[in-house]
Amino acid sequence: MDVFISLLDGIMVALEPMNLGLAVLGVVVGLFVGAMPGLGSVNGVAILLPFTFVIQSFTGGATSPMIFLAAIYYGAMYGGAISSITLGIPGASTAVSTTFDGRPMALSGRAHIALVAAALASFAGGTISNIMFTGFAPILASVALSFGDPEVFALMLMAFATFIGLGGDDIPKTIFSICIGLVLATVGFDIVSGEPRLIFFDITGFSHGIRFLVLAIGVYGIGEMLWTINTNRYGSSMTQVDVSARNIIDAIKEFRHAKRGTLIGSFLGFFVGILPAAGATPGALMAYGVAKLTSKDQSSFGKGNINGIAAPEAANNSASTGAMLPMMTLGIPGSPTTAVLLAGMVIWGLQPGPLLFTNQPDFVWPLIGSFYISNVIAVLVNLAFIPVFLWMLRMPFTILAPMIFVLSLVGTYAAYLDMFDVSLMVLVGIAAFFLRILDYPVAPAVLAIVLGPIAEPKLRQSLLFSDGDFSIFFTRPIAGPITVIALILILLPLIKFIKNKFITKKAEQP
Amino acid sequence: MRKAELVTAIILGILSLCLMWKSGEAPAWDPSIARFDNIGLIEGEGPGSGFWPFWLSFIMFICCIWIGINWYRRTSPPSQSEEVFLDGYGQRMLFVVGGGLIGFLIVIYILGFYGAIPLFIIYYMRYLGRHSWKLSGTIAVGMTVFCFFFFDIAMRIVLPKGYLEPLFIPLYDIFL
Repeated sequence: MDVFISLLDGIMVALEPMNLGLAVLGVVVGLFVGAMPGLGSVNGVAILLPFTFVIQSFTGGATSPMIFLAAIYYGAMYGGAISSITLGIPGASTAVSTTFDGRPMALSGRAHIALVAAALASFAGGTISNIMFTGFAPILASVALSFGDPEVFALMLMAFATFIGLGGDDIPKTIFSICIGLVLATVGFDIVSGEPRLIFFDITGFSHGIRFLVLAIGVYGIGEMLWTINTNRYGSSMTQVDVSARNIIDAIKEFRHAKRGTLIGSFLGFFVGILPAAGATPGALMAYGVAKLTSKDQSSFGKGNINGIAAPEAANNSASTGAMLPMMTLGIPGSPTTAVLLAGMVIWGLQPGPLLFTNQPDFVWPLIGSFYISNVIAVLVNLAFIPVFLWMLRMPFTILAPMIFVLSLVGTYAAYLDMFDVSLMVLVGIAAFFLRILDYPVAPAVLAIVLGPIAEPKLRQSLLFSDGDFSIFFTRPIAGPITVIALILILLPLIKFIKNKFITKKAEQP
Repeated sequence: MRKAELVTAIILGILSLCLMWKSGEAPAWDPSIARFDNIGLIEGEGPGSGFWPFWLSFIMFICCIWIGINWYRRTSPPSQSEEVFLDGYGQRMLFVVGGGLIGFLIVIYILGFYGAIPLFIIYYMRYLGRHSWKLSGTIAVGMTVFCFFFFDIAMRIVLPKGYLEPLFIPLYDIFL
């Protein structure tokens, strides 16, 4: 009952004109960045994070800026489907599996049905996941209140281990990416001993540390943009869509056939979204796979089955809310976008983690309330302005790209008033572009940069407490199982490798 | 791509070794502490200041060797790929866009943001995008005016103006 009252209070705050306006603006920006091929929620959130300082200076708190950024995240999940269906190019990686059936539907003259199904499934996924979030979050936060330093470090180890064990990227490159993120987070003065660390060539710009925003905007504002310009070189043709009111109503009626895919996506997406290495993209792909596997008409998948759109779209929305769960309750982000949101919370003076629910209910509940509001706004804006988004998709990248570059440079300067940061950000962006070509995953590095300043003190405090005995991570009742699971996840690729070798050897034997 | 995979692994391996070396650096104010004294556990203090970055850099170095082994065994996709690392389009793109960004950065130091923003947008839209002068000029001016009013006037965040600083004094007199 307390939860319900808190939620209602939160919704009322989220409905205040300022917060409602920011949610609408955030959703529109999110829909746009989600729809534009090459841009995703993380790009939008990272580039616009410095601009939220203005919102904070007007409102005085962290709630409104966070509502704005969370609305971008929401909108982007809706927007990805628009380009997947009409252009055949996913607006974001989270909408890759929407292309499988969305594009065939568009090519067969049913683009309006695909677009409406995507919007309604996203809404259903968002609503179901919001309800689950509201139910689980306070419970998880109260359990997490008993966590000490070893438990928090073990959880962070598990977050990184999930990338290694389940991330699906090249293992040494993933570990390298995690470690370089953690090392870069140590640049500056050691908060325990006060000693300077890794201040290269005695450049004073490094003494304040490498700021998260510099790396996030460098990677997502510059590196990813260069990557997009390099890969999207051949252009694409847009399918014509008739979005008359009658067609929209027909499409809404058609959505009744997508119930199964929507439910699969909504529940599966939420739980996959909670896992740090997983998030919305694998959530959507898994939901598509499960919807296809459990369908009586498997052969129609890939040819324009409406469940093939509903499942991934419900899943990517549901996963985006799921990814917020560990961020808000444990202080561990479940995706690169939530990593940026977490960094934003730290910049705004909040301490993410279980204490957030106890100490900052005025922040937490309006934010949760805004998830519900943003979800409603997103479906309405999406359905009402489909023609506008289709028009915007025709905008050449040569107009959008320079504006994004300008916003990245100006935003980085405005955050800390330091030209060194701007130069470093451009260099980081160019380096990220090269590493991306060679399949070095950047998401683990971004997560590591955020978690590094939290993980290191926890490890050092734990070892100080145990007189340097690492068994502290194995002998405590909560930290022990988490550490063991983390180690299993780290060793999972090795187990798979040995198993494959064994099977191959057995198969080769006459 | 195959050659680039190895070269990158070697560069990152050297970077890892540099980071290990740098992590073991003792603070300048205490000459009694030797290099690498801080990478282990210190009696009564727990792990030293170099413990975390040193061992992480060590893991990075091991990963680079691992990437090298995968390259030799041709088990990673880039090590199997016969494609070029950056083809003609990619090289040209990096030169004109990446170079343009670095140029943008240099011009900021000379003419400030408000001189560099319109120049960069016109360079990008007119030279790379082949858009009309009218559209390029409108967006260049619009973006500069938006940034000025948003940052300098509304947020009171004064962006660097380089040699154009005197031109803005009358504007400050009007709007601030």
